[in-house]
Amino acid sequence: MTNKDQYKVGKEPFYQAQGDEVTLYEAAYAARLPVMVKGPTGCGKSRFVEYMAWKLNKPLITVACNEDMTASDLVGRYLLDANGTRWLDGPLTTAARIGAICYLDEIVEARQDTTVVIHPLTDHRRTLPLDKKGELIEAHPDFQLVISYNPGYQSLMKDLKQSTKQRFVGFDFDYPTASIEAGILAKETGVEIGLAAQLVKIGQTARNLKGHGLDEGISTRLLVYAATLIKGGVEVKAACRMALVRPITDDADIRDTLDHAIAATFA
Amino acid sequence: MTTPIVEIPAELQSYWNNLDCGFPRVGEVFPVCMQRALASLSNQGVEAYIEQARFLGKMGRGAEPILIFLEAWPEIAKSVGEDTLQDIMLFIRKMWKSPNGKAIVPFLQSLPVTARRLPSRDQLSDYLSIALDLMERTTGSVHGIHQTFPSPGLPEMYKQIQVLLSQLSLAGLKKWVDYGVRFYEDHPERQIEYFSLQSADSRAVMQRERHGTLLVDSDRKLSMYMRGLWQDEEMLIPYSSAFDELRKPMPYYDKLGIRLPDVYDDFVLPSPAGTDTQVRVAGIDRYRATLAHIIGHRRWGKAIFADNMSPFQRMAVEALEDSRVEYLAMREYPGLRPIFAALHPIPAEDACDNTKESGVRHRLTMLSRAILDANHTYKNVHIIEFARRFHELMQQGESSTQEIAELAITFVARTRLQSDNLPKTHFKDTEIGYRDDNRHMWNFMEEDDEGEVVDQNRKVESGEELKGLPPRHYHEWDYNSQSYRPDWVSVYEGLHPQGNPLDIDKLLEKHAGLAKRLKKMLDLLKPQDKVRIRYQEEGSELDLDVAIRSLIDYKSGAQPDTRINMSHRNDGRNIAVMLLLDLSESLNEKAAGSQQTILELSQEAVTILGWAVEKLGDPFAIAGFHSNTRHDVRYLHIKGYAEHWDDGVKSRLAAMEASYSTRMGAAMRHAAHYLEQQQADKKLMLILTDGEPADIDSKDGRILIEDARQAVKELDQQGIYSYCINLDPKADEYVSDIFGKQYTIVDNVAQLPERLPELFISLTK
Repeated sequence: MTNKDQYKVGKEPFYQAQGDEVTLYEAAYAARLPVMVKGPTGCGKSRFVEYMAWKLNKPLITVACNEDMTASDLVGRYLLDANGTRWLDGPLTTAARIGAICYLDEIVEARQDTTVVIHPLTDHRRTLPLDKKGELIEAHPDFQLVISYNPGYQSLMKDLKQSTKQRFVGFDFDYPTASIEAGILAKETGVEIGLAAQLVKIGQTARNLKGHGLDEGISTRLLVYAATLIKGGVEVKAACRMALVRPITDDADIRDTLDHAIAATFA
Repeated sequence: MTTPIVEIPAELQSYWNNLDCGFPRVGEVFPVCMQRALASLSNQGVEAYIEQARFLGKMGRGAEPILIFLEAWPEIAKSVGEDTLQDIMLFIRKMWKSPNGKAIVPFLQSLPVTARRLPSRDQLSDYLSIALDLMERTTGSVHGIHQTFPSPGLPEMYKQIQVLLSQLSLAGLKKWVDYGVRFYEDHPERQIEYFSLQSADSRAVMQRERHGTLLVDSDRKLSMYMRGLWQDEEMLIPYSSAFDELRKPMPYYDKLGIRLPDVYDDFVLPSPAGTDTQVRVAGIDRYRATLAHIIGHRRWGKAIFADNMSPFQRMAVEALEDSRVEYLAMREYPGLRPIFAALHPIPAEDACDNTKESGVRHRLTMLSRAILDANHTYKNVHIIEFARRFHELMQQGESSTQEIAELAITFVARTRLQSDNLPKTHFKDTEIGYRDDNRHMWNFMEEDDEGEVVDQNRKVESGEELKGLPPRHYHEWDYNSQSYRPDWVSVYEGLHPQGNPLDIDKLLEKHAGLAKRLKKMLDLLKPQDKVRIRYQEEGSELDLDVAIRSLIDYKSGAQPDTRINMSHRNDGRNIAVMLLLDLSESLNEKAAGSQQTILELSQEAVTILGWAVEKLGDPFAIAGFHSNTRHDVRYLHIKGYAEHWDDGVKSRLAAMEASYSTRMGAAMRHAAHYLEQQQADKKLMLILTDGEPADIDSKDGRILIEDARQAVKELDQQGIYSYCINLDPKADEYVSDIFGKQYTIVDNVAQLPERLPELFISLTK
């Protein structure tokens, strides 16, 4: 049997609630409803799921989805060893067996036909058939499926099937309001609240440019990086350029505008 | 020899004798000039001065050259150095020996200005070589032996040199001269217009070569600045700052957009005495400062009624309101402060003599400076008091235009002087360049209503005038100069006229056999989406057949094959196509060995291709073009990307007609701007033509070929693959110059209906 405790979230992750999402999630978990978390990159989706797993004291198994992922990457496959073949459970199967929260991060990155394997687990059946092995797994009563995706930057091709979408209850995430975001930066990295507010302002400058050359604004995550660098002794403007501007764009005009925003914010 | 009217002092007599000049007017100015020369020139310098002046006097061009020289040289020598005289005289002798003697006087007249702008010997000699080049290339000759006609442009350029050098660097001047010489060499009147800065293209070329930060280049950056930092959006409209010497236009905004100067040079603050630290504000930051100020007005300002205020009161209200919006902008972005502080003039407190001139502007600028800069040194109690009151007001929040207006009116009342009404106003250091003209701050009780009526009338008129689409202008590449001719070609676009769609269906029936064969090929081409790749060391799934074989190998002691996995590959097809048809006159000729014209054959070929691509489902557009000089390139839509292969498209295709010439580059650029907007991995532009690019206004055949070559390069940079299908059997001579290897020549035009779809299929397989 797989060691359940290795998937437990040990320390309380810092999560700043923006609304009533914590209570709503708890209600969804009580009914074991599958949950979908949407929002732009770096706005705290994964942190939220981690926090909820900690709060509910359940193991959490995270799978980062990608285009090359197949159904067997989720469910499990036969491997060869010296005596023949051996079955290895995939993360989804493991989670269903031990009663963990299975978190499929960036689900739309996986191909649609892959995503279909989660269907039997996400409706009233709560089973997972392993056709290659000839086994039908009944999901553990604690098992819950959570998926996340970023509706913004993916192309038209990458969307969830209606049949998949309609198996979940959803949470819409966005970047927090300026004051909350500044609070998050201060709490997470220990920078002063004034500096945090200035960083947030630069972040919002970039978010205003979304769709005009930027696919996505500066995320809370990047702001945290910048604050961390500053806390570590890096000069403020250099830290901002390095953490906030260089990663998100190759466009000279945008870079120039954001550099100016940094110079204008930190006199 | 006439004796001068003015007595020559004895100590200058020997110089006068050496000068050996008989013009009475020279005698009048000689003593003064000579004294200045003796004061500023070295001994050798004075000798050279006299010697060269003597030459100018004996040149046979009257008294003018020597007069100008005597007066101007000591001053010029100070800035460029005495030894520059050799270069200048060498140049004058060259002019003298050519038919351009008349240009010597304008040249000498322009010299002081030139020397001020180009204060080193190197720069000046560069300038002289530009002028020499202009002279040699534009001096006309009959039968090519002797140069007989003077250069028409040369004296004109000397007259404009002040404007030119204030706007252009030497490299820019060289390009500007070069352009003028190249295009108006054989056309004296146009040449004069060009070099006297009267013709439109002269100004356009000058605009392009200007130094500094051009608004057109920074437009995107500034839009992002507004959107990103200020959440504001507005059109940015440049106005020219080059040609208004007397009254400089100011930035302003109205309903149509924000008007900014077309160019800002970097602003360099003269360093304070004894220090090397120069404060420099980049051109782009000057634009940003101006925008920040204007947006401040838009965000925090509110128009108030002007009717009850005196002009002085209005000025004061404007000045303080300017300070208020800047204060609020700096509260938002503290980094703006150093920029504003550098651009804001610092009027000296005692600069204005209040008994002789009106000091209103001076006082207001001082107040504005005092508000901006906490470390100001002003002692005036009113200035200090009102700066303090301003800050107190702002401490409480954003304040408002109305509140500020009250403060401003108190300021005017408190500081009023008798001399404020004097006609002479103190202007020095009171112009704040980044501020707009504040026209938006005022409402007028009466005029306002009339203004609206006028506006409404205008709108109706412009609506009626707009019929077809306005032309789009494209640059054209000039290989001689390796530069673009700005906005050279006008492209008019429109829908192709319609004909009978049944004709096209008939054509399809005629080629039913070909269509059937094509259909088979197309089915093979259609995307299969998933392709299995076997024999992979690492893959997404175990390939059981191979795995079992390996296992058997392994158990029987042989070396097993480790490539036992398989994976999948997506095999989608994502390609956008633009077919550009040459519809020039030559298409009306009968194709060799056929009863049909090239046009008819092209029509058939395009029909089948259009049908085939529709089956395939790729985004596909068809357009035709022909040209009648650079002013009239027509671009005719036959099928758009959004349209299907329906009767509308067929009817336009059925009406295809050929006339005029082939200006290919402009049509390709125009087609590219449609293709560019398509979202596809691959973009393909097919150009179907029957000859080389040519137009009746282009004598040099190479120009349009080179331009088309340049267009292909531009397309390449935009990620568009261009491919030419040429029906001209002799095309080998030029087509590879244009398209490199991306072309096919269809010798037997009768086969075109078959070849075109095949070509397309093989290109996109």
